[in-house]
Amino acid sequence: MSKQYKLVSCTINGKHVEKMIDVRASLTDMLRDDYRLTSVKKGCEVGECGACNVIIDGECFNSCIYLAVWAEGKEILTLEGLAGPNGEISDIQQAFIDEAAVQCGFCSPGFIMSAVEILEAKREFSDDEIRKLMSGHLCRCTGYENIFRAVKKTMLRRLGKEKEALEV
Amino acid sequence: MYAGKKVTRVDAYDKAIGRTRYTDDLCDKSAYIARVLHSTIAHGRVVSIDTSEAEKIPGVVKVFTCFDVKEKHYFPTAGHPWSTDPEHQDVADRLVLTEEVRFYGDDIGAVVAEDEVSAAQALRAIKVEYEEYPFVLDVQEAMKEGAPQIHKEYPNNILKHTAIRKGNYEEAIKEPGLTKVEGWYDTPTVQHCHIENFICYAEMEGDRITVTASTQIPHIVRRIVGQALGIEWGRVRIIKPYIGGGFGNKQDALYEPLCAWLCMQLGGHLVKLDIPREDTFVSNRVRHAIRSHIISWVRPDGSYAARKLEAFSDQGAYASHGHSIVAKGAGAFPQLYPCDNVEVDAYTVFTNKSVAGAMRGYGIPQAMWAVESHTEDVAVRMGMDPIDFRRKNLMPVGYVDAFSKNELYDDTFNQCLDKAMEAIDYRRKFKEYQNQTGDVRRGIGVSVFWYNTAVWPISLETSSCRMVLNQDGSCQVQLGETEIGQGADTAYTQMTADVLGVPLKDVHVVSCQDTDVTPFGTGAYASRQTYTAGFSIRRTALLLKERILKYAHELTRMPEYNLDIVEGNIVRTTDGRILMSLGELSTEALYSLTNSQHLSAESTSQIKSNAYSFGCTIAEVEVDIPMCKVKLLDIVNAHDAGTLINPALAEAQVHGGMSMGIGFGMSERLIFDEKTGRALNNNLLDYKLSTFMDHPRLKAVFVENAEPTSAFGTKALGEPPACSVAPAIRNAVYQATGVGVNEAPVNPHNLFRRFTEEGLL
Repeated sequence: MSKQYKLVSCTINGKHVEKMIDVRASLTDMLRDDYRLTSVKKGCEVGECGACNVIIDGECFNSCIYLAVWAEGKEILTLEGLAGPNGEISDIQQAFIDEAAVQCGFCSPGFIMSAVEILEAKREFSDDEIRKLMSGHLCRCTGYENIFRAVKKTMLRRLGKEKEALEV
Repeated sequence: MYAGKKVTRVDAYDKAIGRTRYTDDLCDKSAYIARVLHSTIAHGRVVSIDTSEAEKIPGVVKVFTCFDVKEKHYFPTAGHPWSTDPEHQDVADRLVLTEEVRFYGDDIGAVVAEDEVSAAQALRAIKVEYEEYPFVLDVQEAMKEGAPQIHKEYPNNILKHTAIRKGNYEEAIKEPGLTKVEGWYDTPTVQHCHIENFICYAEMEGDRITVTASTQIPHIVRRIVGQALGIEWGRVRIIKPYIGGGFGNKQDALYEPLCAWLCMQLGGHLVKLDIPREDTFVSNRVRHAIRSHIISWVRPDGSYAARKLEAFSDQGAYASHGHSIVAKGAGAFPQLYPCDNVEVDAYTVFTNKSVAGAMRGYGIPQAMWAVESHTEDVAVRMGMDPIDFRRKNLMPVGYVDAFSKNELYDDTFNQCLDKAMEAIDYRRKFKEYQNQTGDVRRGIGVSVFWYNTAVWPISLETSSCRMVLNQDGSCQVQLGETEIGQGADTAYTQMTADVLGVPLKDVHVVSCQDTDVTPFGTGAYASRQTYTAGFSIRRTALLLKERILKYAHELTRMPEYNLDIVEGNIVRTTDGRILMSLGELSTEALYSLTNSQHLSAESTSQIKSNAYSFGCTIAEVEVDIPMCKVKLLDIVNAHDAGTLINPALAEAQVHGGMSMGIGFGMSERLIFDEKTGRALNNNLLDYKLSTFMDHPRLKAVFVENAEPTSAFGTKALGEPPACSVAPAIRNAVYQATGVGVNEAPVNPHNLFRRFTEEGLL
């Protein structure tokens, strides 16, 4: 069977792009191989670990089980796109750094993207809700504790609850 | 001073913005993709392999089978330092591809293709004919006469048996008034589950081969690739970039030898071997499942008269780290609760299952499951308080192990227990949870552990370090001890800055190890990084400092003994005046027209000491008896890892170990089909790794008794946090229900069986 390609036009990290993509490719493959966005990690390639998570039209997905061709017309955000116009990093990235929520770092990009989705909801989630919302990701280094702290603190700070954030 | 401060990880920023490059991110897209053909029987011989259909698939470059391995270079895989004494060398029982199949998932062929899809299609198109042999999955069945023989050199499948004898057990048990407590304790096969699967790629340059690999042990892998290919070790270059976790799985040569071999078969073309998650569970390494049988003879006052341990360690199909694992656990037995009369027999036995190797804790989590479950059983039987009973029998202050010369210098166990009890409000809860009735009950349980730091005196520990001063007064640091996610590079940065006298920002630890460039070192294992590397960092930094001050003397005319380096400045100690910055000195040194010097230092430390690391876990649970479910409500680990170089990273390290211990105690188990030997749950959905929802908040507390043998007061912390968690959970369930679950994990399956046996259901 000869390979089939299709033109996929989409917006990645704020920039409109288009390329001929192997129709069998996952979005993970397209982002990593065609656009060299290597923050998108492969840990299982079947939607179990969450290392490949990216935001598509505002919603977080496992990009490994999302076909690249489905990205047609979509707006995609990867970790590389989180930084501001002058390269300044976002509050959630800074929180991962400050809370020692990063160890080997392999799962971190996916976790941060799910955290972004949670934070964009602009509401206060309970601890159990945060755990459930983050439970699509696996991490073997951190025991999730410091990731929890980073997400909860950032959530509270964005809601103006600086004092509560200090108590997390 | 930077040591002792919560400085930010040196690699955190890049990791948080997704810039850090791991193996797959570095591999050129021109690489051929290799996939391994695994056996679909548990034991037998490959009779023939038909590759004709596979070879017709477009994109397939070449299909290799075990019959293509003409030169049979058997090699060991364990990430141990090589021994020049043949008696102590690891067992060389692997080939890059094998005709003899010893487990379901053995490596019998490989496909090399232009892309992943063609490679996967080709794998499915290969037809294999086997001659099947009977197989054995249970460790004690494998020892019986007439059991299937997995390696002909090892009768009854026993890889090794060691015995410890102290006093006279048979005589001691005759003492009147003793209570005999006996139990069998089982731990399951579990897997490391680092989120980055093993991956490597290989290419040739001239007649040398370079393998870039996700490994903990680049210098060891160089030797093993050389052995596996039958080429001079100097022709092999291993590069280790950032890696996505290891936990011991990558303390083994996994597929670096095969990838290198495939590359050489293809004229040196770049070949990438990226192991899928499903294969990682089956065909990498797993933790040894260990079955332990303990008998204790206890006096009415709660002291031990005699004790006996038999441990049967499931090696799986190949030797890998072999007997070292159960031997470590067995060695802990007479030390943790010293007793005058002890018998220990430890066996490592081949079975037709996935190969067991190193995994965080190296036999101690299994040993502590058995020993600390048993300790609880004894305390309950004797009607003694679990904490008081432990305090009474634990290794006393001043205890010295005859073999390692490790010493318990401080009242560490009591200090750790006190801190943990306070952190979790143990006394109140323990009292409250006594004698409950009803369907839902709560309990609180404890477990202690000890852990060696590094491997002396089993082998000599060495560490080499190189420091090179730059024009601006900053310096590069290189070590063979690898960053694998634990934060080693940050600790090294803090140590170097302190000894050299420069700001933290001026220390650049080279994270990537390259065996062509990096000083020799055996890598990340045995919780040895800060301890072992600490010696060579201090020595090298002192050497560099001496050279810098000698040059400073020439520039300033001040005697060296009146000079020091403080925060990156050359300071006259007599009046504290800054004479020049280190940057000015280095620039002069490198570009001087009259006296140019390249200021660098390199040194090797031999480490002929070891250190006990200690701690405990206390866990609180709620047990729903009809549902056979346990909810972990609260948990705390207390550790004495000596002086903490970075308390924030130490805490993070403990969290991760606790999480692994929670999985080991409550949910994880790789299941093998009795009928075929096939692993049934080799994926992250069916294998129950702890998720975000399975944990309460994790608490870590520390007792910092500086380790006197250590260059920076440190000792092991990497593996210890995983050692005592599971038995503490088991003991909490015991307090809640009065039922001891002796087979880990304490999951609904095992609870249903035990609650039924005990009449709770």
